[in-house]
Amino acid sequence: MTTIDFTHEIPVIEGKPAASSIDEMVSAPLNQKPGKVWKILFTITVTMLTVGSVALGLTFYYGIGLWGNNQPVGWGFDIVNFVFWVGIGHAGTLISAILFLLRQKWRTGIARFAEAMTIFAVMCAGLFPAIHTGRAWLDGYLFPYPNANHIWVNFISPLLWDVFAVSTYFTVSLIFWYIGLIPDLATLRDRATTKWKKISYSIFSLGWRHSARHWQHYEKAYVILAGFATPLVLSVHTIVSFDFAVSVIPGWHTTIFPPYFVAGAVFSGFAMVQNVLIFVRQAFKLQHIITLNTLEKMNQVMILTGSIVGYAYATEFFTAWYSGNQFEMFTFINRALGPYAWAYWTMISCNVIFPQLFWFKKIRRSILFMFIIGVFVNVGMWFERFVIIVTSLSRDYLPSSWHMYVPTVYDLAILMMSFGLFFTLTLLFVRTLPVVSIAEVKAHVDGAQPVHKGVH
Amino acid sequence: MENKKIYTVTALFDTPDEITDAAKATAGAGYTKFDINTPYPVHGMEKAMKLKPSYLGYVTLFFGLSGAAFAMLFMSWVSIYNYPLVIGGKPFFSWPAFVPITFEVTVLSAAIGTVGVLIALMFRFPNTAHPLHDTNYMKKVSADKFGLNITSLDPLFDENKIKEFFKGLGGKEIETIYEEDKKAEIKVFDYRFIMTLVLVAIVTAGTTYFVLNKLLYMQPFTWMGEQDKVIAQSESNFYNDGFSMRLPVEGTVARGYLPYEYKGAPDSVIKFISNPLPFTKDIIEKGKMRFDTYCSPCHGYFGQSDSRLHDQFPKPPTLHSDKVRNWPDGNIYNVITNGQNVMPSYEKQISREDRWAIIHYVRVLQRSLNAKDSDIDTSQVKREK
Ligand code: HEC
Repeated sequence: MTTIDFTHEIPVIEGKPAASSIDEMVSAPLNQKPGKVWKILFTITVTMLTVGSVALGLTFYYGIGLWGNNQPVGWGFDIVNFVFWVGIGHAGTLISAILFLLRQKWRTGIARFAEAMTIFAVMCAGLFPAIHTGRAWLDGYLFPYPNANHIWVNFISPLLWDVFAVSTYFTVSLIFWYIGLIPDLATLRDRATTKWKKISYSIFSLGWRHSARHWQHYEKAYVILAGFATPLVLSVHTIVSFDFAVSVIPGWHTTIFPPYFVAGAVFSGFAMVQNVLIFVRQAFKLQHIITLNTLEKMNQVMILTGSIVGYAYATEFFTAWYSGNQFEMFTFINRALGPYAWAYWTMISCNVIFPQLFWFKKIRRSILFMFIIGVFVNVGMWFERFVIIVTSLSRDYLPSSWHMYVPTVYDLAILMMSFGLFFTLTLLFVRTLPVVSIAEVKAHVDGAQPVHKGVH
Repeated sequence: MENKKIYTVTALFDTPDEITDAAKATAGAGYTKFDINTPYPVHGMEKAMKLKPSYLGYVTLFFGLSGAAFAMLFMSWVSIYNYPLVIGGKPFFSWPAFVPITFEVTVLSAAIGTVGVLIALMFRFPNTAHPLHDTNYMKKVSADKFGLNITSLDPLFDENKIKEFFKGLGGKEIETIYEEDKKAEIKVFDYRFIMTLVLVAIVTAGTTYFVLNKLLYMQPFTWMGEQDKVIAQSESNFYNDGFSMRLPVEGTVARGYLPYEYKGAPDSVIKFISNPLPFTKDIIEKGKMRFDTYCSPCHGYFGQSDSRLHDQFPKPPTLHSDKVRNWPDGNIYNVITNGQNVMPSYEKQISREDRWAIIHYVRVLQRSLNAKDSDIDTSQVKREK
């Protein structure tokens, strides 16, 4: 048995690297020519994106009749994917804002990357409501502006709240991310070797001078933004869940949706971030910045949120029975035993059962196992949204209008496209911007802060 | 070199402790226009430099509250005055339902406002022409060194004294940094500046106009709205006459609209046409509906010729005149069917049955204004002693 030294916090960054070596390491991928693996991955993701875009183009031309949506299943893959991607985004904000406010230093190495993934995920998410309107070129009307028709949007509709929540979320995440990037861009500017790099980094770093007078306001701004991002991220998935909870469809009309959705969002987002980070730290040799301890902490968050989600599933069942409402009871029995039972049990096993393996420290610290479980969690959380949306809609009140939902090849292609978009952006990101916050990591290396000898 | 203006004198330090001490010493020596440059925020630096706490929080508060107030007021104005919509019978001012958007707008405006003020007003960015840029000093503090510099704006500035002072603090690579030769001075009336402004204005206005007035009305594919069918009143090449609509076969009679067989017949004949409908409650109610629809605009709801047309059409006489009251039903029927002077014919709009039902209702109206004592149901009335 190894003894653990409780008198010292485990250092967030392993091995006390010198500040200049951090610069070296983080900016290395930006200066090298892309390697073979990167090129192959990029080809794959761009192909996914292109094929999906063709399907999307056909959808624009022929209309959403190409999809599997029908009467009564008016929401199919479009909304499933929307909720899934918004959820993925939540991990980034949780890591960058909530863990920042809670002074969880282990977030340092992964915050930048997680924030970038938030932005990409929200872009993927925003795509779906935009295209599911059918005529995406009219989406300008989603925003309240004094238009020639003298009509306003309906401010008390959850669907409009969504418009505000998602666009605010995207904007604030982007600002937060950019603010974090400014000092790093300045560092890159001062290291730039070619003229173009120098010019572009100069422009985007806005002329940052690492001045202590600026750092003072900067740090304040960071706390403020984190303070706003925290309730914001909770509000976003809450509002997404209102899309369902405010309606009267059995299985949707429940008050536990907001917390249940938020927990699920964090759950799936952490799984996604963990999966991608495993590759990134390997590819860019960042093992001592994105440490195994960090990954283990992420897995611990996943047990927590996964258990909350499992508890919510149980609560739903209990409430359905306890309500004595015939339709509610039917809906839940139908979920578990009806025609979509396979989806339900995929969800249960991926979300509730497999993550429990993380109770074992060996599994929690094994890269292979955590990767596989992370993939399972993402599959499971995608199916959760599928189960909620499709089972409730396909069999609601009136048996004569029941109808099964079967996705078409266009649905699948557009889902693939969103993954293509996400990973293409991620791949571009790792080659153009520092994947780790240089300034923050420097500030968290052992010995980076004054030791305050004597009086304070 | 000599005629250049000095901007600042810099020194570099190796550790965070050194720089913190140096900052304390510099502030202690009475310098005010000095700055510390560090690759990352060093804890306790603002105390060492004797800086005032950041006022950014108040900026956020201001923008957050403005955003909240704006969102709440705007939604209330739209929902109560400008575009009231009844949704599920809820009140127009449903403030709980405004909360989500109010919250989002608060966050949005606070975040944008805070960062905008931070960057534009507090940092005065973008500023890539600062004398410190592209110096050895900047390259070092950007990576791993901790820099201290006292600018020439400081009232106590004296190049040599400061250099000595830095040496005493243990600073390395002490250097003097000069202001750029041709410091780009911004002249407001420079024609290039004005042209740029004009260009920006034109592009912004043009884009906004295009997006709001053209782009939003552009339909990439209109055929989803257009269908393979002939639209009423449209032109058609299919028929020789070029009309898309066909006339019914000659002699066709629409249900309920048999042609009037007493057209132009004298009063002596007309007064014998009798009302074929029984005088029942159902029929009277139907007559009321039709009367309110077709007759009331001119004759008023009670036939008292209180027209709602505000003199845009000649006022008809009252239907309570002795003349109309004493008319047999056939005469009224005749007026509805044929029209009378300026009153148009309703033959094509009101079915035969409905015309007769209206007449029953007209009789009800007339009776109601000219009730006789015998109409009173005495069994229901309590006489006073
Ligand atoms: C467009 C307005 C208008 C409408 C609608 C209209 N009327 Fe008239 N009506 C008139 C006018 C004007 C006259 C007086 C014509 C004249 O100068 O002889 C009139 C005259 C009459 C008279 C004869 C009164 C008299 O003293 O000579 C009768 C009865 C009558 N209307 C019944 C009806 C009934 C029943 C309807 C509903 C089916 C109806 N009108 C709808 C405008 C209207």
